[in-house]
Amino acid sequence: MSIKLVNQSTLDAWVDGLIAEQTVYGVQAKEDKFAFDRLWKASALRLDYDVTILPPKKYFQPQREVLMRFNRKTVTFESVIEEEPFVLFGVHPYDMVAISQMDKVFTMDNFDKHYMARRAAATIVVSTVQTPSPSVFAACMGNATMQGRSDHDVLITKLPDDRYVVDPRSQKGDKLCEALAEAPEADAEALDSREQVWAVNEQRLRKHELKVKPEELPELLDRSRSHPIWEEKAELCYSCGSCNFVCPTCYCFDVEDEMNWDLETGQRVRKWDGCMLEDFAAVAGGHNFRSKRSARYSHRYYRKGKYSWDMYGEIACVGCGRCITACTANIANPVEIFNTLAEGT
Amino acid sequence: MSIPSPATRIAPDAVRAKHDIYLPMGATVTDVKRLTPWEKYFKFKMDSDGDLKYMPGQFMKVSVPGIGECPISITSSPTRNPGDRLEMVIRSVGTVTRALHQLRPGDRVGLRGPYGTSFPVRGKMRKKDILIICGGLGHVPLKSVIEYVIDERSRYGHITILIGNRSPENRLFVEQILDWKQREDITCMETVDVADPSWGGTVGPITTLLPRVRLYSSDTVCIICGPPIMYKYVLRGLESLELDKGNVYMSLERRMKCGVGKCGHCQINNVYGCQDGPVFTYQDILQMGEAI
Repeated sequence: MSIKLVNQSTLDAWVDGLIAEQTVYGVQAKEDKFAFDRLWKASALRLDYDVTILPPKKYFQPQREVLMRFNRKTVTFESVIEEEPFVLFGVHPYDMVAISQMDKVFTMDNFDKHYMARRAAATIVVSTVQTPSPSVFAACMGNATMQGRSDHDVLITKLPDDRYVVDPRSQKGDKLCEALAEAPEADAEALDSREQVWAVNEQRLRKHELKVKPEELPELLDRSRSHPIWEEKAELCYSCGSCNFVCPTCYCFDVEDEMNWDLETGQRVRKWDGCMLEDFAAVAGGHNFRSKRSARYSHRYYRKGKYSWDMYGEIACVGCGRCITACTANIANPVEIFNTLAEGT
Repeated sequence: MSIPSPATRIAPDAVRAKHDIYLPMGATVTDVKRLTPWEKYFKFKMDSDGDLKYMPGQFMKVSVPGIGECPISITSSPTRNPGDRLEMVIRSVGTVTRALHQLRPGDRVGLRGPYGTSFPVRGKMRKKDILIICGGLGHVPLKSVIEYVIDERSRYGHITILIGNRSPENRLFVEQILDWKQREDITCMETVDVADPSWGGTVGPITTLLPRVRLYSSDTVCIICGPPIMYKYVLRGLESLELDKGNVYMSLERRMKCGVGKCGHCQINNVYGCQDGPVFTYQDILQMGEAI
């Protein structure tokens, strides 16, 4: 399908039409912040948001999900797979990059069908950032726009004249945009204007300026093991895990069994976990392989800037800036840490 | 820099056809024995006749539904079990292992695996002299190695086994140790940290035995498993033997929550303990600051 140019009322009518037919999750105001939630009417959709409290990973790896049901008496297990189709509307480019990384994590070596069933059921509409958040540095990480990427289904960009360029990017995206068949095609002028919006975002989405190139991070970290910053920052860390939970590329999980009231059946559930939490690397018997706060603190940054690179060829920081604002102790700015390392080596 | 993942475009049908990597298979307890005040021996038979194809050093995830799942190393040798049976020794130390200690023959558990890397009984160890160092519960996975090399004795050179325990009361596989000590084609030495009146043998940490080890060749493969604290002392003690670091294998304990390289708990620097380990060479861990 071709690229469309629509005004606000056409966009709203399209979204309302989608809501009538299927499950749609979209960005909405939540007090003075924004969050992805079930969308019931197009007028509640806030594509002008800056950043959501939690990243959209919660639709693929929910905070709590049932992996299987079991029977304690017969000791039998049955997989629970969620595969209800849904539309995820308004994902920012940096979050889409993170979703693609998670796709890799959950499919490399061993295929996680719980994650991938939800992923295959999703149609993702990416929205070019309209309002930069105060902490965003996605442009420094190469994730300000979707240019050069093909992992999303539709790309929506609001132009300065308040019209939207709706660009289907996959078969699923074509299907989602069928209702816009009658809408006018985006002309060369509109596409030029879109390029300019993207170019402006390359400049705007850098509220913190990373002084090294992202691909230099693995080597920078490799020679910064004994840098004093790890101890200095970790002194202030509450080990609360907030930076883990708001991070779109943090995927660590714990698994627990829950019994039902009949005391015979139950479910095995997966829940978010975080490497900053004190007992994350503790084993039965009491030994904790990362008992020191500084060991946990540095581990997280090595995961983001080096281990992910070594393990699956990605820098696991997309520049959303959520950790910067979520951290109570104000010690979680990756740009500040990486820049300090760059100065000191 | 980022590469679009090929997984992004997978169809729901293709996902549905995949195996659920977290789903345990049913198994029945066929034998239980108490070995020490803390450890019990279990034998399991899988429901399916399928071939488990495990190797010494690998582990399984054991489920007690309603309580949870935990990683347990396999103590039997594949040379002694049909593909649907395996043995474990389990210390009662956490919620799942406490529940496992309540089980009797005929009771059922969930099992999935085997997971992780193994000791190279079919690879590098062949035709070489072998030094096996077992500390405490590290004896459990290494019994699989010991039985394997005994069963295929002619494929290996000299075999030396060192066993260390906290006290005589902690000793596992007492009958087997007696057998190994009596065999002429194996050297087996034992020590305890703290003796009691029943003990007439060596007293001291496992490193006490190292000066007594006689190596016939510097091309010896060394296999080590024990508590986290043990490794650095043993590795220091081995220095005078001048073994090739690529020939020194050790099994590193971690919190292997998922066993399939996803949950992140067992990560050691840039590797996953459950997938890239638990068996690593000394050479491997030189680059891994978190290893020991």
